[in-house]
Amino acid sequence: MAPTEIAFAILAVMAVGGGAMVAFSRRIVYAAFSLLFTFLGVAGLYVLLAADFLAIAQVIIYVGGILVLLLFGVMLTHRIYDVQLKVQRIQPILGGLAALVVLGVLLVVVFTTDWPVVEPRAPVPTTARIGDEFMRQYVFPFEFVSLILLVALIGAALIARREEAGASSLEGVSPGGETPKREPTVNLHEEP
Amino acid sequence: MGLHAYLVVSALLFSMGIVCLVTRRNAVAVLMGVELMLNSANLNFVAFARFGRVGQAGLAIDGQMFAIFSIVVAAAEVAVALALVLNIYRNIRTIDVDEADTLKG
Repeated sequence: MAPTEIAFAILAVMAVGGGAMVAFSRRIVYAAFSLLFTFLGVAGLYVLLAADFLAIAQVIIYVGGILVLLLFGVMLTHRIYDVQLKVQRIQPILGGLAALVVLGVLLVVVFTTDWPVVEPRAPVPTTARIGDEFMRQYVFPFEFVSLILLVALIGAALIARREEAGASSLEGVSPGGETPKREPTVNLHEEP
Repeated sequence: MGLHAYLVVSALLFSMGIVCLVTRRNAVAVLMGVELMLNSANLNFVAFARFGRVGQAGLAIDGQMFAIFSIVVAAAEVAVALALVLNIYRNIRTIDVDEADTLKG
């Protein structure tokens, strides 16, 4: 096997295995951490696909930003040491069935379509070309997406911000703002 | 490795994202499923940018551009969604998506 094939196998197993852990892990914290493997595996696949800038952006944004945000979300909203036994529900069966159907359709499409492929050329650095395209063909989407990011982040800060003192809807929340004093009364466990 | 291998990996990731999205009841875990699906879509974009047939202008870059835009929108989506989840948790003390049915008629 060529070295790229070995690298592809390792990275694909990493990505898909991490994804399986995310989907099937009983504990939410394990799912969050195995998302790390998926993101890193996909970043490695980007490297194999000669997308160097995108691989680094994937590591910085997904691993450094989105995953940390998700872990914050898990830690702030969940009692992480609780284990909940599985409850028999119809949901996992139907969900798994739907996912299998989608997977089957995707695989059929992948293997029956006659993709217009070419033999890829030798990899060249893409950063300069991406910057060039940002300022030429994609200048309007570039500006638009920066506006979206600005609006979304301001909105997120506004939504997540604690209201001013005296708001009646915040009783039970400590003034410092991190953890609720009261134990949550409703069942918070993850029940896949 | 050819195009098909990447497409198969992407399809597997997408279906796992669907499983996570549909069967999980924790809102943060549902977000993780959405992230898996976005990652698989990005992988498809980049794979087609590498292997797809384009004009004589050399390596196609458009797929990578789309993937970058998709990553930016994913970052914005996660920020807003987690703010909403924290607010829901603060108000009704649960992030179980089956329990948060206050608006249900």
